[in-house]
Amino acid sequence: MNPAVSLLRRLTPQLVALALILFLIWLVFPSFFSLTVQNGRLYGSLVDVLNRGAPVALLAVGMTVVIATKGIDLSVGAVMAICGAVAAASSVRGDPLAVTLLLAAATGLACGVWNGFLVSVFNIQPIIATLVLMVAGRGIAQLVTEGAILTFVDPALIFIGSGSFAGLPMPVVIWIVFGLCVAVLLRRTALGLLIEAVGINRRASTLAGVNTPVLLMAAYMLSGLCAAIAGVIVTADIRGADANNAGLWLELDAILAVVVGGTSLLGGRFSVVASLIGALIIQAVNTGILLSGFPPEFNLIIKAGIVVVILVVQSPHVETGFSIFLQRADRSGSTEKKQAA
Amino acid sequence: MIAINQRYLPLAATVAIFILAYAACTTQYPTILSTRVIGNLLTDNAFLGIAAVGMTFVILSGGIDLSIGSVIAFTSVFLAVLFQKTAIHPLAAFALALAVTTAFGALMGAMIHYLEMPPFIVTLAGMFLARGMAFVLSIDSIPIKHPFYATLQAAYYRLPGGGRLTLVGGLMLLVFAAGILVAHRTRFGANIYALGGGIATSKLMGVSIARTTVGIYALSGFLAGLSGIVYSLYTSAGYSLATVGVELDAIAAVVIGGTLLTGGAGFVAGTFLGVMIQGLIQTYITFDGSLSSWWTKILIGLLLFMFIVMQKGILLVSRKR
Repeated sequence: MNPAVSLLRRLTPQLVALALILFLIWLVFPSFFSLTVQNGRLYGSLVDVLNRGAPVALLAVGMTVVIATKGIDLSVGAVMAICGAVAAASSVRGDPLAVTLLLAAATGLACGVWNGFLVSVFNIQPIIATLVLMVAGRGIAQLVTEGAILTFVDPALIFIGSGSFAGLPMPVVIWIVFGLCVAVLLRRTALGLLIEAVGINRRASTLAGVNTPVLLMAAYMLSGLCAAIAGVIVTADIRGADANNAGLWLELDAILAVVVGGTSLLGGRFSVVASLIGALIIQAVNTGILLSGFPPEFNLIIKAGIVVVILVVQSPHVETGFSIFLQRADRSGSTEKKQAA
Repeated sequence: MIAINQRYLPLAATVAIFILAYAACTTQYPTILSTRVIGNLLTDNAFLGIAAVGMTFVILSGGIDLSIGSVIAFTSVFLAVLFQKTAIHPLAAFALALAVTTAFGALMGAMIHYLEMPPFIVTLAGMFLARGMAFVLSIDSIPIKHPFYATLQAAYYRLPGGGRLTLVGGLMLLVFAAGILVAHRTRFGANIYALGGGIATSKLMGVSIARTTVGIYALSGFLAGLSGIVYSLYTSAGYSLATVGVELDAIAAVVIGGTLLTGGAGFVAGTFLGVMIQGLIQTYITFDGSLSSWWTKILIGLLLFMFIVMQKGILLVSRKR
């Protein structure tokens, strides 16, 4: 089958859901789709959804790969805080932008190495292995910022959070380019296949000659790198590193985005693009609730409702029941045809 | 003989660390050993301890429950709103709250079993739902000014040396005692251990998987509700943003208490020590005064890491034999 067609078929449920949510928002808030250009930059609710969804979309990229290996990374929120703090501290010292960004990225990768080491070498359950850094991470970030909110004035760093490129806000450009690069890298090489193999059966893929420890390590490092980029964006956006609140509970939103994107938590088949759309769905719901004048208190309940619906749809039991139902319908249809003949 | 030793090894390590840490704190601040500090340690960690008992059962069965922090907040807001809007007696309100949270837990257990979904994501949905319901009830911090609350808060047992064992602290000790009994002296407890050892094997042993799974999460919901009641007594208020992340503290307490995260092995008593170690770190930081509170998190993270590595080491050694 044409790869583009099969990708489209894979993404259909997510795209339909996103379209439905955007349509519902449009019903209660008709000017939702209106875009205006001011100072060479696009403005509008739609751009806002893309912009505010940037941290979760970035985290979802790494989380997808980790979940595909049958793992999970709870530490990404804390890693965001650490990397944001490192970037701010470096900027305050007066380092040039390149050094600041390299330091933040290296910190994220180091956090990924730590998680990956615990998972692949010590064989610790991922949920627990990454819990260590989740608990300790914010403390480490506080160590870097020395308990204060570090503010900085470097315009180059601030540009990453609130500047714009080709009419789009910088965070949007970053997550779209980064997400597509990772998706292409995984799907145009054998890497994606190997990751799926590890997620489905780690032992079998090791026996088949896949270098599982290195792959697992790479997955967690990618997740750390994604958290670093998201951390820098969030920090640059508010022009300061807030060790307590940067990326707080975003790991849960990122996991949710991956699940909404249809990647199973049990590992195996994954789609980075679907997770990105999942992140957009979550952000569209958030923005939609605010725009439509619903009390924001309902936000979490609606999120819970979405998770439950997805769980029921993804459940192995419901799926088999559904396929049996389809088969029966098919069989009765074919007997009718025979009778007609 | 060796097998028994290994079973108790994580617990023994926890006991040793607790005693060593307490001794180290006492040499620096002798008053930490006084019953006043111990009484406060029990009172301040009562809600965490009660919730951690439920978490111990969940983890023993090989699952996880992320919803407890939200359920505690929901319970405290639910009670506060009830007292504000109606003239209901607190005891009746407590019963109502416990019924709601137990049913909530049972529902999650049913979803985990019948939909065959990972507990992580089901209880994540539960976490969102409970927090959301708390927000819908009220986004303000509502004070509770019921005379019965004042009576309950004033009740304490005077320990020798001037310390006070408050009602909530005593309740936590009772819950731990009951938890130990349930884990080791009832069929339900044996079923939980069996479930943690492996679903297929426990099925073959005749354990009713459905009933046990629903029961475990119902118990966790009940204890989270009880913890919410204790929290509302402790703070005299209901606030929907309270107790964020308590589930992580509870998981950390269970792990530091020596319970195996893959399920099937561990002790409720270990969790008590896990909670007390966390409380001790906080108390030490308060005594010191110059250390920032975020050292608590780093130290707890470090302890978590140590225990995970130790458990792995024990597993490795036992396999080699």
